[in-house]
Amino acid sequence: MSYTLEGRTGTWEIVVGLEVHAQVISHSKLFSGASASYGGEPNTHVSLVDAGFPGMLPVLNRECVAQAIRTGLGLRARINLESRFDRKNYFYADLPTGYQISQFTHPIVGEGTVEIELADGTVRHIGITRLHMEQDAGKSMHDQDPTRSFIDLNRAGVALMEIVSEPDIRSPEEAGAYLRKLRQILRYLGTCDGNMEEGSMRADVNVSVRKAGEPFRTRCEIKNVNSIRYVMHAIEVEATRQIEVWENGSEVDQETRLFDPSRNETRSLRSKEDAHDYRYFPDPDLLPLVVEQAWVDELERALPELPDDKRDRFVRQYGIPRYDASVLVAEQAIADYYEEVAKGRDARLAANWVTGDLFGALNRTGRTITDSPISAQALGGMLDLVSDKTINGKIAKEVFEDMLETGDSAADIVERKGLKQVTDTGAIDAAVADVLARNADKVEEYRGGKDRLFGFFVGQVMKAMAGKANPAMVNEALKKVL
Amino acid sequence: MSLTELTIADAAAGLRARKFSAVELVRAHTDAIAALNPRLNAYITTTSDAALQAAAHADEALAKGEARPLSGIPLGIKDLFCTSGVRTTAASNILKNFAPPYESTVTANLLRDGAVFVGKTNLDEFAMGSANITSAFGPVENPWKRKGDDAALVPGGSSGGSAAAVAAGLAMGATGTDTGGSIRQPAAYCGIVGLKPTYGRCSRFGTIAYASSLDQAGPMARSVQDCAILLQSMAGFDVRDSTSVNCDVPDYSAATGRSLKGLKVGIPAEYRAEGLSTEIEAAWQQGIEWLKAAGCEIVDVSLPHTKYGLATYYIVAPAECSSNLARYDGLRFGERVPGDTLDAMYEATRRAGFGPEVRRRIMMGTYVLSAGYYDAYYLKAQKVRSLIRRDFTESFQQVDLLLTPTAPTPAFAQGEQSDDPVQMYLNDIFTVPASMAGMPAMSVPVGLGATGLPLGLQLIGRPFDEETLLAAGSALEAAAGFTHRPALRAEVAK
Repeated sequence: MSYTLEGRTGTWEIVVGLEVHAQVISHSKLFSGASASYGGEPNTHVSLVDAGFPGMLPVLNRECVAQAIRTGLGLRARINLESRFDRKNYFYADLPTGYQISQFTHPIVGEGTVEIELADGTVRHIGITRLHMEQDAGKSMHDQDPTRSFIDLNRAGVALMEIVSEPDIRSPEEAGAYLRKLRQILRYLGTCDGNMEEGSMRADVNVSVRKAGEPFRTRCEIKNVNSIRYVMHAIEVEATRQIEVWENGSEVDQETRLFDPSRNETRSLRSKEDAHDYRYFPDPDLLPLVVEQAWVDELERALPELPDDKRDRFVRQYGIPRYDASVLVAEQAIADYYEEVAKGRDARLAANWVTGDLFGALNRTGRTITDSPISAQALGGMLDLVSDKTINGKIAKEVFEDMLETGDSAADIVERKGLKQVTDTGAIDAAVADVLARNADKVEEYRGGKDRLFGFFVGQVMKAMAGKANPAMVNEALKKVL
Repeated sequence: MSLTELTIADAAAGLRARKFSAVELVRAHTDAIAALNPRLNAYITTTSDAALQAAAHADEALAKGEARPLSGIPLGIKDLFCTSGVRTTAASNILKNFAPPYESTVTANLLRDGAVFVGKTNLDEFAMGSANITSAFGPVENPWKRKGDDAALVPGGSSGGSAAAVAAGLAMGATGTDTGGSIRQPAAYCGIVGLKPTYGRCSRFGTIAYASSLDQAGPMARSVQDCAILLQSMAGFDVRDSTSVNCDVPDYSAATGRSLKGLKVGIPAEYRAEGLSTEIEAAWQQGIEWLKAAGCEIVDVSLPHTKYGLATYYIVAPAECSSNLARYDGLRFGERVPGDTLDAMYEATRRAGFGPEVRRRIMMGTYVLSAGYYDAYYLKAQKVRSLIRRDFTESFQQVDLLLTPTAPTPAFAQGEQSDDPVQMYLNDIFTVPASMAGMPAMSVPVGLGATGLPLGLQLIGRPFDEETLLAAGSALEAAAGFTHRPALRAEVAK
C-alpha cells in the first residue's frame, strides 16, 4: 500500500531524499587537535587552526577518517580508497576561514543501502548516494551589539559526515523509519551519538511531488530539521504546499525552505537566483586522502554486530518472533541486556519480560535501559525462580513490582513475603475440596454443561491459597474432582 | 672588512674565533638599519632591542662552546612569516596590528639554530607583486643605482625588502617566500643569491598564505654557501603541514664545493623569449660557457608549455588567494569598517583593508572559480599545469639541471611599469614555470649590465635536488667573481 496525497486534480505521490549531517564521535576535530566534545564555555574548544589564524594549516585526523569508513561499512557502502577534500568557498559569518573544507567531487564513501521496515512489516531498501566528511561551522551573532560580533567557535571544525540518500523515500513514515534506522546504525557503530536535540544529527529534506509514472518534478530543500517527527511533518506540509502550487497552474521554484513547526508551514529561505556560488576547488593545503584496503579490512573485522544481523541472529538463536527481535535490537544496550537475561534461560520468556514488564516500567519511571532499576542479573534471577517453579507467573509480577521499588533480589522478596509457590498436593486438594463445598450450586451448573465456570473455580482456589498455588496443579486437581 | 659585508660563513667563523662578538655583529646591522632603513624602507618592523639581547645570549653560548650553526647571525625575516609576539603584517592594512601568538616553523627552525632576527622585512602586500610597490607600508627602494641616474629603482618582489636588506648590509641573510618568482627575481634585481626550494621542502606552517599550492619559503643571502647554510636550518618535514615532504635534509654546505664534471645542463629554447634584453642574453651565454668550463655538458632542451606558464599562474594563484584571503573579514583581523548589513560591513572592511593589487587578484580568483567559469579557467589551468610539470620531468630525464635567465630585464625605476599590471606580470615570465612545477630553482648574480645593474641567472633542478643547484650555483658564482656592491649600503652609511 503506497502513500499518496489527494489533490483536486487527482492522486499525487511524493519523492523524498534526505541529507543527514551526523557529527562524528572523536576526541579531536577533523583538522585540528582541539577537543570535539559538546558544550563548554564559548571558545574553550578552539585551536588556532579552527579560528582560521593566518598561516594555520589543516592536518587530517586519522580517527575521523576511521569513523567515516566504519560508517560506510555499516551502510554496506563502497569505500573509496582515494578521496579528496575541496574548499567550498562562500562568505558566511560562521566560517572562520571563509570556506568550508568538504569532500565534494571525491567522497570517501560511495553507494550503499539501508534496509527499513515499516509498521505493516514491509521491508524496503533506501539507496545511499554517498557519505562525505566535512567541517562544522562556528556560531556568530552580529545583531546583539551595534559594533561587535559575538563568536563561539567551539563547533567550528568538528567533523561531520553528510549522508546523502537517493530520492527513494515515498512517505513520511519511510522517512521516519530511514532516520531511525540510520541513527540506530550510527549508534551501534559508535560513530555518531545521533542526538538530534543537541544537533549532532540533523537533516536537510528534499521534497518533490509527481503524478504516478511521471519523472521527477522540481524539488525544494528544507534545511536543518532537527527531529524525526518534524522531518515527517515537514514532508507532509511541503508536499501539500507543492501540490497546491501545481494545481493552481503555477510552478514550484527550486529553493531552500525552512520548516516552522509552530505554524506547521515551510517558508522560503533563499531562492535559486541568490543561491550561493560555492566556488569549489581542491584544498591545496591537503593531499588527496589515500587509504589502504588492508586498513579498511581491519576496521571491518573490528565492526560490532550491526542491528539487522543481530535481529536475524536473535530470531535464529532465541526462537523469538522477528518483531520482538527488532524491538530488542533497537539499541545496543537493550540487546546486551536481553542477551544477559536470556543466557541459559527460556529466551522467549526473557523476551516477553524485557519487552513487556521491563519496558513498561522504564517508560513509567522515565528511565532508560542503562539506568534500569532492575539489572539484567536481577531479572534473570527472578526468571530462574519461575523456571524452577519457586514462584508462578502471577507471583512473578508481584515480585517484579517489589524489585522495582526496593531493588531487592527476587529470592529475598520471595523469602520476605513468603511467596513460595505451594506444590503440596495435599494442601491443594484440601483447598479444592473446600472451594467446591462452598460453591455447590456452581458445581451443579458446571456439571450441567457451563464449562466457563472452570476458570471461576481456579480463581477461587488461587485466592484461597493467596495466589501461591502452582496453577497447573490446581487445574489438575480440579479436573480430577469435577 | 666591515662586519656588515661579511658572509654568514665568515661571520660564523669569526664569532667562533672570538674576532668579534655577536653583540658587535648585530649592533653593526641594527646601526645600519637605523641609518638606511628610513630611505630603503626594507623593514616594516625593526626589533633592534630584542636582537641585541639575543646577541648577548649568543655570546654566552659561544663562550661556553655551545654555539649553534647560526648563533649570533643577524637575519631579516620577510613579514609574511608569523613571529611570536612580533607584529606580522603581510604588508597589508588588514593585518597592520596583528601580533601572532605563534611562530612559523621556518623561523622557529632558524631560532633553534641560534639566528638573531633584526626585523620584519617589507614585501608586496600578501606577497602579490614583482616590484615591492604594493606594500601598505610604502615601496622598498633598491639599494642599487643606474649609472649616472639617481632614480629610485624597485628591488623586485615580493621579497623586495629581504633582497634590499641583504644587498645593502642590513642583514646577513633573510627569509623570502616564492610563489611565482618572489625570491629569485628580487635576488636578481638586488645582486644577491636567492633559492626557492622544492615545494614541500620547507614547512608552510605559520607562513601567511598567498597561493598555497605554490608558496615556498627559501633563503636569500650574499653567497651560495650562505643560502646553503640557511636552507639547512629552514628545511625539514613538519607534521603541521600536510604538504611538507618527509625526506632527509642533506648536508647542503657540502654540496656547494661539489664538482660539476659530467653534469648535463639543459638550455630550454623557449626561454629565448621576446623582450629578453640583449645584455641578459649575453649573460646567459656567458653562464653557459662558465658551466662548460666547469665540466658540464650543455644540451638543448625544449619545455614546450613554457608559453602558457604565466597565463596559468594568473589563474591558479589568484584562485587560491581569493580563498586564502577570505578569512580577513573584519571580524577578527584589521579595522572593522561599519556597514548597514553584515555584507556591507565585509565589503567596507575589505575595501579599506586590501590594496588595489590584492583586490584585483581576489576578483580574478573569485571569477575563475565561479560556477560556469570553473571548467573553462581553473580546471583548464590545472591541466596545463600538469603539462608544464611534465615538460620539466621529461627534460630531467635528459639533463641534471636547467640554466635560464632569472628575469627579462634588470631592475626598473619605481613608477616605470606600475600603471600596467600585465606588463608588471611579465617580470615573472622565467620564474613562474618552475613554481608551477614545484621544482627547486635559484638565482645567482653573474655580472652587471650596461647601466651598472646586477643580472641574475636561474638554475632549475630536479625535485629535492637542491644540492646540484647549490653546486652549479657556486661554480657560476666563482666564475663570475661577482663582488660588486650597491651604491646604498651599510658601509657607505657610516
